[in-house]
Amino acid sequence: MITLDVNKKKYEVDVSPDVPLLWVIRDHLLLTGTKYGCGMSLCGACTVHIDGKARRSCQVPVGEAQGKEITTIEGIPDNHPVKKAWLAEDVPQCGYCQPGQVMEAIVLLKNNPRPSDADIDNAMTGNICRCGTYQRIRSAIHQAASMMAKGVKQ
Amino acid sequence: MSEIINISRRDFLRTGALIGGGLVLGLSLSEISSDATTKSVPFVPNAFIRIGTDNSITIIVNKSEMGQGVYTSLPMLVAEELEVEWSKIHVEPAPVDPAYNHTQWGNMQGTGGSTSVRSEWDRLRKAGATARVMLVKAAAEIWKVDPATCRAEKGFVIHNATKRRVSYGKVAGKAAQMEPPQDVPLKQPKDFKLIGKSIKRLDTPEKVNGTAIFGIDARVSGMLTALIARPPVFAGKVKSFNSEKAKAVPGVKDVVQVDSGVAVIADDFWSAKNGRDALEIVWDEGPLATLSTGGMREQYGNLAKTPGTVAKKAGDPEQVFKEASKQISAEYEVPYLAHAPMETLNCLVDLRADSCEIWTGTQSQTADRNTAARIAGLKPEQVKIHTTYLGGGFGRRANPHSDFVAEAVDVAKTVKKPVKVIWTREDDIKGGYYRPMWYDRIIAGLDEKGDLIAWQHTIVGQSIISGTPFEQMLVMHNVDETSVEGAKDIPYEIPNILVDLHSPKIGVPVQWWRSVGHSHTAFVVESFIDEVAHAAGKDPYEFRRKLLSKHPRHKGVLELAAQKAGWSTSLPEGHARGIAVHESFGSFIAQVAEVSVNPAGEVRVHKVVCAIDCGKVVNPEIIKAQMESGIVFGLTAALFGAITFKDGKVEQSNFHDYQMVRMKDMPKVEVYIMPSQEALGGVGEPGVPPIAPAVANAVFAATGKRIRRLPINAEELKRT
Repeated sequence: MITLDVNKKKYEVDVSPDVPLLWVIRDHLLLTGTKYGCGMSLCGACTVHIDGKARRSCQVPVGEAQGKEITTIEGIPDNHPVKKAWLAEDVPQCGYCQPGQVMEAIVLLKNNPRPSDADIDNAMTGNICRCGTYQRIRSAIHQAASMMAKGVKQ
Repeated sequence: MSEIINISRRDFLRTGALIGGGLVLGLSLSEISSDATTKSVPFVPNAFIRIGTDNSITIIVNKSEMGQGVYTSLPMLVAEELEVEWSKIHVEPAPVDPAYNHTQWGNMQGTGGSTSVRSEWDRLRKAGATARVMLVKAAAEIWKVDPATCRAEKGFVIHNATKRRVSYGKVAGKAAQMEPPQDVPLKQPKDFKLIGKSIKRLDTPEKVNGTAIFGIDARVSGMLTALIARPPVFAGKVKSFNSEKAKAVPGVKDVVQVDSGVAVIADDFWSAKNGRDALEIVWDEGPLATLSTGGMREQYGNLAKTPGTVAKKAGDPEQVFKEASKQISAEYEVPYLAHAPMETLNCLVDLRADSCEIWTGTQSQTADRNTAARIAGLKPEQVKIHTTYLGGGFGRRANPHSDFVAEAVDVAKTVKKPVKVIWTREDDIKGGYYRPMWYDRIIAGLDEKGDLIAWQHTIVGQSIISGTPFEQMLVMHNVDETSVEGAKDIPYEIPNILVDLHSPKIGVPVQWWRSVGHSHTAFVVESFIDEVAHAAGKDPYEFRRKLLSKHPRHKGVLELAAQKAGWSTSLPEGHARGIAVHESFGSFIAQVAEVSVNPAGEVRVHKVVCAIDCGKVVNPEIIKAQMESGIVFGLTAALFGAITFKDGKVEQSNFHDYQMVRMKDMPKVEVYIMPSQEALGGVGEPGVPPIAPAVANAVFAATGKRIRRLPINAEELKRT
């Protein structure tokens, strides 16, 4: 039995410790907001937070995630400035990569509350969007940064 | 496992409201209408609208939402005439029913060709207007007043004189008993409240919070997951296989041979993947085992030197070439390309003795349903397709052979439980149905003044239409129209022109890829016209402009893009601009790219200015988003995209060797929409074609080197 702490809930899952966290989240916890895109840490669609860091859940064996605080897109409150900025900019097109983009952007802004375009390029370049929403992601991140600077509740 | 609810089939259908389709699923429209006459069920004036007694407004959308915004732009057409509050609208995907057939494609339901808004412009506005007229009439009858003295506004009918108002929900029951009127008048553009405005997308909230259900997320109780080992060479077959080790993998339920390979069926994805990794298969690689990109290049290059089937001929190019004072020629090549949607292909099938339910993100509902019925041995009406959100389509999810649905039904026949086939990224990249590789030879003749007097363009590449149900419609006199679109109809005024085509049969599965033939022809034509301008010693913008005098919409966007980009203004050291203009899917687009090339030969695109004339505008922000999207899609192909073959096998497998434009590569994109009252054009695809030539022409302006093969090769641009 593997014990997981996901979105502040405890789960017990009967899986081998080497199963990637991604597939435990999707197939066992049924939290399908976290997406499969490549399985090789090349696209960022599976990004979750583990102890506050953005991680590619396709590359994290579930055994390693035990005892750590895991957050998926379902655990991000609707009033989070990043989500609000994504809505304001109407960022998504097909939307498949967007949970991963949002999760990556949240950690970027936590570490760097006023990122430059270059900072955004560096932080977000591991997250592929085949629809090409990058320009809107960039402006949504700037918008979220200003909301956070103005003290919009997270 | 604790605290985990087992999501039952019923819960799934309820929570996945966008998938289920509620009460109307599977009912013919006459059944829907008769149901609607009882008070408890909604007012269903036609196939596209349901109004509940609780004032709920449901708009049923018959196009697949794959990012292009149809779950917003199509409801806008209905809501404009229906007069309802935008925030109250709920969207539901249409089931398969003739009522949802494409208005221009005959007897089928599907999404593609950048036709969604264009093809529904009349039908959906009429649907909304008809419902509104019925609701107003119902209220007027209750009030015993003339309907002409009432108006509709934000989901209410209002009696003008007395200001009495009643909600649509309250009169829905009465409206449901009325005969739908014929030929209702539609609004004049000056009265539009939604059309022409940047209305927010209805699908954004669920795509931001992770609740949007894509095919890969669909789930029914007791469902299994399957992965398929497919032949490493197209047209290969299973010779023999040993499933002993695969079956020993925990979670694996069964290993079965199916038409497309060997399926490993397991409790979940990871068990299926481990099972597939443990499979031992001996393949018969078949006739394509020696296929190589180098070999094809030679074959295509030789073909390009011989006359092909004539697609267009005007004047006497042969004679005029002899008289031309200057002749220039070039050969161009573009590779096979995978669509690579972020959501890999998948299909969930629940096959029973007398029914088959399918959940998948498809662009091609009728064909998929019919194929599923054939394979399952059922009647088409026994098959239900639930169209989920598509995590990108780009044409791949409109497979003329319904490949990913067919094989999932094939697998389902071997198990007694619902099963979802999932493709890995490697399966997707290696899985075929590519944009074809193309090889072009093109010659231009100039007179002594530098005017273009003759043009010959020979195109070599596989037909995507031959061998599909679309052959009768799209192959004319042995010319696949999609192979020559954008080449045989070039807008430049050239008195003598020949366009011919070779369609070699190679055996690699090919298919439409966002912007179809234009993805290749625009690159060749717009690069070569730049070469011709240079040979004539003229500015590439002015040269084009002069040749477009009979094509005002091309000329209009060309001028707008050049003006907004400051075509003749100076740039930072090392930067240069390139321009291209192209018409596709009824829209006219010009793009100016600003690039620089570093000493290692790497191209950086700094900025793209895009001008579009797509006729009437429904939602400007969606148009802009689609231009940005098309530019990124085309730029990915220009900078990185190539599927190549060695010993019959695809050499790429995932995003490390089939790269995408990423945030670090993203140029600043500006989009300008030409005000126009012309007929609607498409927007999903036309943004793609001009970007590759605009970038390639800018690279020439920066380096003096012509790009004649995509993707752009840094080695060739390196400065030592």
